[in-house]
Amino acid sequence: MNGRTGAYVPGASPLHRLPAGAKLAGLAVVCTALVLLRSPFALGGAAVVTAGLYALSRVGVAAAWAQVRPVRWFAVALFALQWVFVGVEGAAVTTLRVVVAVALAGLVTITTRTSEMMAVLERLMAPARLVGLDPFRLSLLLSLTIRTVPVLADLAGRVRDAQRARGVERSLRAFAVPLVVGALRHADALGEALSARGLDD
Amino acid sequence: MPFWCEIDSMKNAGKWRRFPTGDLARVAVFAALIAVLGLPGSVNVFGNLVPITLQTLGVMLAGVILGAWRGALAVAVLLVLVAAGLPLLAGGRGGLGAFIGPSAGFLIGWLPGAAVTGWLTERAGRSPSLLQLVVACLVGGIGVIYLFGIPVQALVTGASLPAAAALSAAFLPGDVIKAVLASVVARGVQRAYPDAVPAVHRERLRSGWGR
Repeated sequence: MNGRTGAYVPGASPLHRLPAGAKLAGLAVVCTALVLLRSPFALGGAAVVTAGLYALSRVGVAAAWAQVRPVRWFAVALFALQWVFVGVEGAAVTTLRVVVAVALAGLVTITTRTSEMMAVLERLMAPARLVGLDPFRLSLLLSLTIRTVPVLADLAGRVRDAQRARGVERSLRAFAVPLVVGALRHADALGEALSARGLDD
Repeated sequence: MPFWCEIDSMKNAGKWRRFPTGDLARVAVFAALIAVLGLPGSVNVFGNLVPITLQTLGVMLAGVILGAWRGALAVAVLLVLVAAGLPLLAGGRGGLGAFIGPSAGFLIGWLPGAAVTGWLTERAGRSPSLLQLVVACLVGGIGVIYLFGIPVQALVTGASLPAAAALSAAFLPGDVIKAVLASVVARGVQRAYPDAVPAVHRERLRSGWGR
């Protein structure tokens, strides 16, 4: 994973070229279908198809593993638990269903540029207009947040240093209160700066 | 109301004032704050693979300090960015997989969780006591989030509802500590920065000062 830029792996495969909206809709349909599949063979087929799609996207094994890795222990625990309660067949079905769904969702994430995905999600959030968030403010809100993460990470580092200087390293309160107050100060200064640039007009 | 404010409100009569720019910045900063609280890394409890993080602390704080719907909006912004593929969840997780895995319900539950925490805090008035904050955090930050998380976990794993609830009970002590901590932190913040109380902030906006 490359820091804060997300999990997107550049490429020129058919999957990369598919529009983000189509991939999201496809993912929704496939996940619904997965819930309906009951036989281990059908789910095994789905797993093979998923592996084939990964091969088609040519993102490499490391990127693929990074998507499934967060659920690896869960899958093991789930399989063991289900084996005890509903037998090996049911265990295979449930575990495969979760792993395949997570892998497919990961594939969409890997093959779609973050900016492209954000554009689709912004369109999906259009109803926010009803509460006074027009599309411009919505995209401003999203990009402000992305910009603010490193600022606050930096602030958190400084608060940690201050904590060390005060000799209260272990107190979570001595960490969180200055962090949140600092964040609020930053937010209100940011808001004033935006107003000053005529965002309220 | 001083006369210039009246003129101001007349001037802006037809405009949307429901979402002032200052609030936009606050929502963005709190969404980022929730992400940053996930940075130190998450602690995994073996068996139930929903990671324990400080991020729920951020969710509760968003509700307590921003109020109901702005707090929920901050969570929504974070979730949209996560869905778009940014690794903003604890341990650098991100992408659509987070919304499909076993902890999906807890993640979605953050939205109503922050909203209920904020709603209860708004009811507490201009100077919420520690007890009121603890109740808000317990109900919104634990009750509501579990209400969404446990059924989804049961659905994904095929376990029965009581079994899923029993698995989640392992997180209860940690979450209670986090709720109390969120309240103590919020109380400290609201003392240092009175504008961090939703009711005070709203009054200030109504009075038309510094929008």
